Amino acid sequence: MGLNKSRMAKLTPWYFLTIPLIIYFLWVIGPMFYTFYLSMTNWDGLSDPQFIGLKNYTKLFRDPVFFVSLKNNLIWVFSFITIPVVIGLALAMILNQSVPGSRFFKASFYSPMVLSLVVCGLVWSWLYNPAQGLLNTFFRSVGLESLAKGWLSDPDLVLGSIIAVAIWRQVGYVMILFLAGLQSVDPFLVEASKIDGCSGWKTFIHVVLPQLQPVTIVVVVISIIDSLRAFDLVSVMTRGGPFNRSSVLANFMYIVSFNNYKMGYGAAVAVILFLISFVFIMMYLSQISKEENY
Amino acid sequence: MKELSLPLKILIFLLLCIGVFLWLLPLGVAVITSFRTNDDLLMRGFLSLPKELSFRNYGAAWTRGNLNKFLPNSFIITIPSLTFTLFLSSLSAYALSKFRFRGRTIILSVFVGGMMLPFQILLLPVFKLSETIGIYDTYWALIAIHTAFQMGFCTFVLRNYMVTIPDSVTEAARIDGASEFRIYWNIMLPLVIPAMAAIATLEFTWIFNDYIWPLILVRTDRLMPVTAGLAILQGQYIMDWTVIISGALIGTIPTIFVFLFLQKYFIRGLTMGSNK
Repeated sequence: MGLNKSRMAKLTPWYFLTIPLIIYFLWVIGPMFYTFYLSMTNWDGLSDPQFIGLKNYTKLFRDPVFFVSLKNNLIWVFSFITIPVVIGLALAMILNQSVPGSRFFKASFYSPMVLSLVVCGLVWSWLYNPAQGLLNTFFRSVGLESLAKGWLSDPDLVLGSIIAVAIWRQVGYVMILFLAGLQSVDPFLVEASKIDGCSGWKTFIHVVLPQLQPVTIVVVVISIIDSLRAFDLVSVMTRGGPFNRSSVLANFMYIVSFNNYKMGYGAAVAVILFLISFVFIMMYLSQISKEENY
Repeated sequence: MKELSLPLKILIFLLLCIGVFLWLLPLGVAVITSFRTNDDLLMRGFLSLPKELSFRNYGAAWTRGNLNKFLPNSFIITIPSLTFTLFLSSLSAYALSKFRFRGRTIILSVFVGGMMLPFQILLLPVFKLSETIGIYDTYWALIAIHTAFQMGFCTFVLRNYMVTIPDSVTEAARIDGASEFRIYWNIMLPLVIPAMAAIATLEFTWIFNDYIWPLILVRTDRLMPVTAGLAILQGQYIMDWTVIISGALIGTIPTIFVFLFLQKYFIRGLTMGSNK
């Protein structure tokens, strides 16, 4: 009886885990590994994949579009871990005070997050429309003709124009995370530093910011992962054009695989994207396990 | 900074007002555009006062643009995905929070790591898998991947929430002789409803707003959810921005609705995943 009971106890968690794990492995974990295999094949999506070793990768490292996409992804990452983080933190600090209407302000700043990226892309394509869009109409009407540009057709502006939309949507999210983080800042320490005569800025740098470190790491990792995943905006606004100047890896991978039917090649792009993300996923996991040890 | 001087307070307030105005301007512009006619815009320019306002664009997007088909599709895909993923995650979260067994940490890490994967690493095999098991080009292909993929995040959040519930609650029921499933169903589930509500609102918007999976797993336009449907609309009405923007706004109504009425849960869900 006792033996039976302890064996039962050992089996119990698996009784709950089996079905979720089977589904998770079939649709997430298994596919992840299968993409590694596919990246070493020649596959058109219909016939069986043929193993060709590392040929896709050697080809990839000679493909200029791959490098443009990679560079654009890195620009995206850099923009995401700076601009929204600074604006989001500033907004969080301000709205954490007793400002009248702070609830309304919070809700307004994070409202773009509720919209799908497709909708954001469509709405902003309209604002950017060279002939009738609000942006150029505004510049022309105030006599700044020269600032009216082809925001999505100018190869030098297109990437920045798209990233601006992504930032617009991201700021509210970062703000919310920092607002949550600020809840755990010890008010006594803040008070103490004020009594010691620290200015608001000094208190912020030496007392508040260090305590926000865990949430900052989370924000940065999430921002990096999000910017590597970027696909929807590019797909809706430019499809990577003009001349691939707004292409990112996710978009490149999609076009190679599903428009050109070079799925093995697309898988290789996906693997590279995964490997870059993996570094940051690991950082996140180690951060979490550190918190777990408290 | 609690004792801000009054002028500074007013200055901050005014700056915030300007900030919010600029932040919401794109949405305001979209709403105005959606009520104008294309001719009116073309001839008189955006900054003019519109001669007439009408719902005609909404009508065009709804019927000729097929949003009357795309919008229900989004619900047909989102609601089951949400239900399945919450149910399955609550099972795994229960196992991971209330039992000590070998492999527990690894399984948790796999769920957490999986929620951060770039989708691109899954696209091709999931496309192939869906074809192989015969669900390609059906709602089920989308329901399956959403259910599976979202399980990572939901398991992580629910598990973190369940850890905070004292073991004595489940122990007491166990001593009374309740079966393991009854303990999970009758005791644990009711206790995690707040966390469920929070992630449900968040997951609703995520699944509803997804765009890449319908592109990969569905070929028939008739089955597309509203996101992919809008991309089709964009192709059809390439010059008629008023109709495209009206369609975009229609596609936004459900998530705006969720956000406005369940704002409290929505925010809680957002921060639950990152800041326990």
